Amino acid sequence: MNKKIELDAIQKRLLIEVAELHSIPEGAFNIRANGASAARSSTANIEIIPKPEGNGIDIHIAPNTKNESVHIPVVLTQTGLKEVVYNDFYVGENADVTIVAGCGIDNCGPQDSQHDGIHRFYVGKNASVRYVEKHYGSGDGSGKRILNPGTEVYMEAGSAMEMEMVQIKGVDDTDRSTIAELDAGAKLVVRERLMTHGEQNAISKYTVNLNGEGSSADIVSRSVARDSSFQKFDAKIIGNAPCSGHTECDSIIMDAGRILAVPGLEANNVDAALVHEAAIGKIAGDQLTKLMTLGLTELEAEEQIINGFLA
Amino acid sequence: MLELKKICFRAEDEGVEKTILDDISFTIPNGKLVAITGPNGGGKSTTARIIAGIEKPSSGQVLLDGVDITGLSITERAQAGIGYAFQHPVRFKGIKVRDLITLAAGKEIGHSDACEYLSAVGLCARDYVTREVNSSLSGGELKRIEIATVLAKASKLSLFDEPEAGIDLWSFQNLIEVFQRMRDNIEDSSIIIISHQERILNIADEIIVMANGKLQRMGSKEEILPSLLAEDAVRTTCRGIA
Repeated sequence: MNKKIELDAIQKRLLIEVAELHSIPEGAFNIRANGASAARSSTANIEIIPKPEGNGIDIHIAPNTKNESVHIPVVLTQTGLKEVVYNDFYVGENADVTIVAGCGIDNCGPQDSQHDGIHRFYVGKNASVRYVEKHYGSGDGSGKRILNPGTEVYMEAGSAMEMEMVQIKGVDDTDRSTIAELDAGAKLVVRERLMTHGEQNAISKYTVNLNGEGSSADIVSRSVARDSSFQKFDAKIIGNAPCSGHTECDSIIMDAGRILAVPGLEANNVDAALVHEAAIGKIAGDQLTKLMTLGLTELEAEEQIINGFLA
Repeated sequence: MLELKKICFRAEDEGVEKTILDDISFTIPNGKLVAITGPNGGGKSTTARIIAGIEKPSSGQVLLDGVDITGLSITERAQAGIGYAFQHPVRFKGIKVRDLITLAAGKEIGHSDACEYLSAVGLCARDYVTREVNSSLSGGELKRIEIATVLAKASKLSLFDEPEAGIDLWSFQNLIEVFQRMRDNIEDSSIIIISHQERILNIADEIIVMANGKLQRMGSKEEILPSLLAEDAVRTTCRGIA
């Protein structure tokens, strides 16, 4: 099914921020704007079916689909709109696809705008998924921009998933929860980048169960907390089989920011090799000094260090 | 041309005020490569940090081309034409070698230019240009990248604090060649290298000897180096006997 798109300038700007979409994407897509589908397109291998209740979509990716992409961005520009959306991805065996999600909220009004996207991934045997999710907020209304993503990943034997989650600007409140269940030989890689400023709050919680022999998870979060913002990173890896897991939280703290890192490991098998690393610190003085000796001001040096850190 | 006039630097050490630099005055004329040498703790690195603006002197003046820069910040001095290679280079998570060289150059530079600076310090540019300046680099690699940033900056006065530290023997000859090339193209700029290495002192036009926070001697290489080597030989012999 194909529909015509009528997006306004703000919505188009949000689409560029969260999905780098300057025009209608290639391949399958579903663009959701202010609580309703604005455009949708399926392909021969990727079928997008709206849920009967109108609160989300099912995405069916045929086995052996190679090098195709699905874009499912969401934009909100209506103040006071709150929605919970369920998107379920069924990735067929041996498929190799890129999924680009993301949500942009522009709130110029007095009421809170909120999008809670619940994404469930059923990744078939030996399938490979690259998932990119960007969150962005803008608008100068007193209403908050709130995003509470819930992600569930069920990975069959030999499958691989790489998740890139980015939230750099403008989202007031986030409570993110990610759970994953991995069968034998499945591989999960997560790269999370987060910057909070103002009075923002961001919570990110992971629970990853490594259930099959040879499964592995590598969860790395890099974050910067500025102004009076607060972040909590809570990553738990549970090794129930011979497996390997690594979680890392690396944070820069600035101004009156606060960060709580709660790395957790649970080994229920003697051959589960689990490692966690967590480091929180301010920008090192000698890093600033070095860039200043190259002619940058202190503020410019700070920006370069943060941009590099979150790149 | 860089001038230091009656520079004193005092700092507190466990509640006791200590004189780190005592009445240091010297001039580095344009077109010269000057080496500063002397025992550890003699005040060489502090002098370098005062020239770069990282430390403020307790008294005295720093002049660049006749202009008093004592009150200028690190950034202003860098913009005025002072380049400084750290003794202990800094690591940056996420910043790539190419980014750092671009920042040093102060403008967008092409891939081939970035590679040229890396090749000049003996690094195979292709392998390094996209690497992060992080803990995956060895001390020697980091040191050479540090020197490359100062080459890219093109300063009126380039200051290197113990560039040989952490550089292996094989690369050392390469490093000497880098400084010799800089010396050949020096024109109206000047170079200071803080070093303990005879081979670096040997390519200097002039040598300054510092010890105990004081300037002990300054003169042409021909004047200073033979006596330094003789003293060193004496010390070695004494240690040998003991």
